[in-house]
Amino acid sequence: MARKVNRLSPFNVTALALGVAFLYLPIMILVIYSFNASRLVTVWGGWSLRWYQEFFNDRAMLDAAWMSLRVAAVSATIATLLGTLAAVGLVRGERFRGRSLFSGMLYAPLVMPEVISGLSLLLLFVALNAERGFWTVTIAHTTLTMCFVTVVVQSRLASLDRSLEEAAMDLGCDPVQAFLSVTLPLIIPAIAAGWMLAFTLSLDDVVIASFTTGPGSATLPIRIYSEVRLGVKPEINAICTMVIALIAVVIVIASLASKLSSAKAESAAPL
Amino acid sequence: MSTRRIFAQPARYAAIAPYLWMVLFFLVPFGFVLKISLSQTAIAQPPYVPVFDFAEGWAAINAAFAQLSMDNFRLLVSDNLYLSSYLRSLIVAVASTLILLLIGYPIAYGMARLPQRWQAIAMMLVIVPFWTSFLIRIYAWINILQHDGLLNTVLLALHLVSAPVVWLSTDTAMYIGIVYSYLPFMILPLYATLSKMDPALLEAASDLGASPQQAFWLVTFPLSLPGVGAGALLCFIPIVGEFVIPDLLAGSGSMMIGQTLWLEFFTNKDWPVAAAAAVALLVLLVLPLLLYDRLQRRTLEGGR
Amino acid sequence: MTERSPDIDTPKIDAVAAPAKPVPPAEEIPLLRIQGVSKTFGSFPAVDRLSLDIRAGEFFALLGPSGCGKTTLLRMLAGFETPDEGRILLGGRDIAPVLPHERPVNMMFQNYALFPHLSVRDNIAFGLKRAGMARAAIDTRLAEMVALVKLEGMEKRKPDQLSGGQRQRVALARSLARRPKVLLLDEPLAALDKKLRESTQQELMELQRRLGMTFIVVTHDQEEAMTMANRIGVMNAGRLEQVATPRDLYEAPASRWVAEFVGDVNLFDGEVTSHEHHRLTIATRDGGAIVVAVPRQLVAKSPVSVAVRPEKVRLSRPGPVSDAANAQPINRLEGVVTDVGYLGGSSVYKVKLDSGAVVRSSMANTARLDIDTLGAGQRVVAWFTPDDCVVLEQ
Repeated sequence: MARKVNRLSPFNVTALALGVAFLYLPIMILVIYSFNASRLVTVWGGWSLRWYQEFFNDRAMLDAAWMSLRVAAVSATIATLLGTLAAVGLVRGERFRGRSLFSGMLYAPLVMPEVISGLSLLLLFVALNAERGFWTVTIAHTTLTMCFVTVVVQSRLASLDRSLEEAAMDLGCDPVQAFLSVTLPLIIPAIAAGWMLAFTLSLDDVVIASFTTGPGSATLPIRIYSEVRLGVKPEINAICTMVIALIAVVIVIASLASKLSSAKAESAAPL
Repeated sequence: MSTRRIFAQPARYAAIAPYLWMVLFFLVPFGFVLKISLSQTAIAQPPYVPVFDFAEGWAAINAAFAQLSMDNFRLLVSDNLYLSSYLRSLIVAVASTLILLLIGYPIAYGMARLPQRWQAIAMMLVIVPFWTSFLIRIYAWINILQHDGLLNTVLLALHLVSAPVVWLSTDTAMYIGIVYSYLPFMILPLYATLSKMDPALLEAASDLGASPQQAFWLVTFPLSLPGVGAGALLCFIPIVGEFVIPDLLAGSGSMMIGQTLWLEFFTNKDWPVAAAAAVALLVLLVLPLLLYDRLQRRTLEGGR
Repeated sequence: MTERSPDIDTPKIDAVAAPAKPVPPAEEIPLLRIQGVSKTFGSFPAVDRLSLDIRAGEFFALLGPSGCGKTTLLRMLAGFETPDEGRILLGGRDIAPVLPHERPVNMMFQNYALFPHLSVRDNIAFGLKRAGMARAAIDTRLAEMVALVKLEGMEKRKPDQLSGGQRQRVALARSLARRPKVLLLDEPLAALDKKLRESTQQELMELQRRLGMTFIVVTHDQEEAMTMANRIGVMNAGRLEQVATPRDLYEAPASRWVAEFVGDVNLFDGEVTSHEHHRLTIATRDGGAIVVAVPRQLVAKSPVSVAVRPEKVRLSRPGPVSDAANAQPINRLEGVVTDVGYLGGSSVYKVKLDSGAVVRSSMANTARLDIDTLGAGQRVVAWFTPDDCVVLEQ
């Protein structure tokens, strides 16, 4: 009866259930309270969209949200481009001078405390006499998020069967053509996942943005942060719910797109 | 030469742009942190006296080296505020990592034992909260933990407490926030090693007379140590420098080093001291960072 | 798509096309000459100063245990590895420095390496598009290739919607589409099950004969190599042990290693004691004597080994052996059957000789109901003729 040792025990089930509850309950509570008509958290005043209206009348919040979306979109795009190139260099470049420095620079920001990254970038911008605002935040976010893109793309690239590229070369491709016609289409899902990760990380960041932005160009997390420091405000619940919804939509679209593309491949078969 | 080499040349050209980017926006900024940590505080904009000016060439640089001052570092060592915040950062990070391990391991272990189909779903369930904003997740806990929040309401209704408990601005709240935010970082590497383990190993252990407990401690746990190490580093390093969570959830009594740095920088406008604090924080993290770097390279570039 | 002659090519492809001719005579200049090629990985010599000529239209097999360097040699022919030293001449031109995509050589990969994002059609057309072939010509060639490997109606499928056998055919069609001068096949049948493997062997041979192309196949399966190839090169530790036809390889192995690697063999170690009348007498270590026919090449060194294939060793009940061709002396060894392995078509008997050595004999089970079978414990005479023996240097 050796099979038994690998079966799920009640202890395992309890741990999983508690873990999932711990991860999801707080967010669900937040979402539910964003529809509370009452200002008080303890009192349920019935369903209402009042706090959502309040957000759409809050000029400063809207500006911050717009700024955040722009920064996230632009920095995620540049980061995806650079991160993919970096992954290609690391995985396919074999040994080259300065490789350890390169990979060190790419892995360190993944865990580097944000206060250090933020402070150091700010000091650079001050030294360069750069005007702080949209572009400085975008550059800062690009630097951080491209490392995440690199890791995501790198692991996909490393697991790719190299004989596919060899087959492409055998059939007449030079290395660049082989990469573009065979490798790239196969790592596109990882590149897309990298972009999404970069986008949400940028949309999320308070610390680095606080260091690198200038007066008058606060991002949404900076605004939320300064409001939260003063205490709970129902309007923040509404904003948070919308951000969660936005991210959920991005995730759903992404998973639908990947399902659709595999379904299309199946329907192409006559049998 | 082999195909690997044929591909290597164009791949290296691809690395040039990201390489330059990282040198300019990651490496060079550290140079500035180092430089400013060695300069004098001034009440100006920017609030420091530059130690040297690149335009003046070597003579100026030589002169500048004479002016370099260790004052800021001397301040860090002598002032109790800094020493205690370093110490607190370390204690909080170690304690949090241990709690995360205790909570994360059973979850990862349970995930690895789920039927194959369910494992993918469980994996999604762990990753999704990581995609939702970090700040929002902290804010969600403020909702729950505040004076008239949900937790106190429930506790009062169940007559477990007679008066509302103060949760916010306590270390408990901070630990809850840290554990909540970093749990996926602990679970995923643990799950990765646990799910790769051959189930036949446990069967072999039980076949050879080990009880399930013995099998776990003698086989499963030792084999999962790489995952434990990865998860611990992935949590420990950023927690040491954590700013937002202690700032929003912990009391104002004692600060972590990230908070001290922030305070010096934004409130006291003492950039040189802030820079010196950053350098000291980095020194504190050099060993775990090097360990982490090796681990990353081994897992991502392994098998070469 | 219209049925057109397969010879309508763009000029660019023409350069790649191979002549469709029957197997040419040996005196022609070899199509492929491998001269003193070496390749070292780190300190491990994968291929060690290896020379080999392969003629146009040949079906050549590289046979050897895993790690013997056969795949490395194949990859050097494809251009995925560059030799450390030596030359590889294809049609008189040294192709060692030529990059894979510029070689008139194509490869079928062991795991097929089909592009998972492309349909069967696009996989097969991949190399044709790269060669800059015109659309119409691609369509013609594609139809021809799909028909050749019997994949009609599957053109729009993706590789993951095909069975293992179908994938193998797509890989074959893809590598044949450019009409390479030489087709390299790396363990082409390893991923197929036994039944499918046998029918595919026949198909590959037929295809090769029809196209008149030069095939070089790497395999660790000696049956596969024997069945398909005109000639076999047996590799061991980076060197060629022997290059011969399947028959010569089995009946006249050049070394003790080849004799043991290819098929099953009984080996007797001993010293040459006399040499007369086209006969060698060899005193074996266990005190007996074996008479063997004089080998084609005289053995210079003693000690030697005598190799006898199990199916050449016949068993009889004790008593005089009655043999039709009794003109020559017969090697008789007496012993006891210790083990019988029934394999269906034949049985393998293990006989412990009185001298202590063990001899294996394989005999066909010709009768369905054999009341006279030899069982364990039966005393027997194991015998074979001098012509059944091969003398090898130790």
